[in-house]
Amino acid sequence: MKVSYYPGCSLHATGKEYDQSVKAVSDALGIELKEVDDWSCCGASSAHMTNFKLSVALPARNIIAAQNDKLDMMVPCAACFNRFKGAQHHLERDESLKAEIEEIVGAKYDASVAVRNPIDIIYNDIGLEELGKAVTRKLDGLKPVSYYGCLLLRPPEVCQFDDYENPYMMDGIMGALGADARKWSCKTDCCGGSLTLGKTEIVVHLVDKMMMMAREAGANCIVTACPVCFANLDTRASEKGRLPAFYFTEVMALALGLKGTEGWFKMHNVDPRPLLTSLGLI
Amino acid sequence: MNTFLEEVNDRMGGVPIQSCFHCRKCTAGCPIAFAMEYNPNAIIKMIQMGMREKVLGSSTIWLCASCETCVTRCPNDVDIAQMMDTLREMTIESGVDAGEKNIVKFHEAFLSSIKMGGRINEPTMLVHYKLKTGDLFSDLGLGMSMFMKGKIKPISPRTKDMKSVRKIFKSTDK
Repeated sequence: MKVSYYPGCSLHATGKEYDQSVKAVSDALGIELKEVDDWSCCGASSAHMTNFKLSVALPARNIIAAQNDKLDMMVPCAACFNRFKGAQHHLERDESLKAEIEEIVGAKYDASVAVRNPIDIIYNDIGLEELGKAVTRKLDGLKPVSYYGCLLLRPPEVCQFDDYENPYMMDGIMGALGADARKWSCKTDCCGGSLTLGKTEIVVHLVDKMMMMAREAGANCIVTACPVCFANLDTRASEKGRLPAFYFTEVMALALGLKGTEGWFKMHNVDPRPLLTSLGLI
Repeated sequence: MNTFLEEVNDRMGGVPIQSCFHCRKCTAGCPIAFAMEYNPNAIIKMIQMGMREKVLGSSTIWLCASCETCVTRCPNDVDIAQMMDTLREMTIESGVDAGEKNIVKFHEAFLSSIKMGGRINEPTMLVHYKLKTGDLFSDLGLGMSMFMKGKIKPISPRTKDMKSVRKIFKSTDK
């Protein structure tokens, strides 16, 4: 299958290993990516927290740019995904707002682009059976907890993604790779997001609680699909008792025997290689 | 002249916030409530009571992380997360002193980075933020480590058609 691809700003910087692992996994599973032409930032939290129209216009520019490709749009970053879905929600319910945004962006919005996260594409279009067949190294001993955070799921009528109180797709993917996904109750909790700079102590409190709950569930790592969550888990948790975090696609690449994994793991703040070595996975 | 309550409802559209019967489900599920000066449901009550300056000057509206747990669980469909966005906009527009200045400065630095290059360049955005807040030294080690690992670069590709990005900012500027 072929999809258009919106990496977003984080995936070209602090979330580099997410971008590279999404590309590697997509290639291995036969998903062709076509980058959205001359994309710009989605505006993230800063736009919607301070200027509603800006928060619709910035994503609209990118969705409209992707319309010509006539493909579903893969958006790996949970924050971008949320802003895109939010913009679509408003554009498709408010005619006068839509007209105003079209005037600002200088093109028509035709509601034709399905915005999708790679979790959804891999789970629903590739399927766990096909994924299982592609596995060359079962992830025996890896006990991840799946961490979705907020932005893929809420508000549910906007995101329309997985089960919003107890999502299961990422657990399913981990299971297909041979990992033992642990049950826990923090799947959809908030990491504090962009408060990480202005109010670091709040984020430390939230991620430390998450690490404690993950350990209690018997996990030895945390997998996520959000560069904001990843950065907070990887850099803000207190040293004592923290677990390594992964993008779910990094773990997939490991199980599919793809090249590049070591280079990504080196970029983490909390080095996951001692864990993987102890399990004989690298 | 509109009351504070009418003004907030008009700007939000949707369910009027006085539909809230204060079950406190929003506050019970709020991950940040522990750090807030007023709980989310208290903000609703304060708006009804016309406490404009206190609400717009509160730290609560900036500490809200927009996790949307409150609106997902509200039995009356009050969009509390959108209410917080609306209150933040009103604070900026009215010139009331924001309760959390550094968070406002972060948003300003973030948006000005988009305005300049169409995409966020994290190092220049962070330097801009730090100069605005005067908090120069926190996270310096972390930043250096990310730089050494090649995660962040001082120069990154920009959007080519900057005219269209600038037009978006100009047309939505208030």
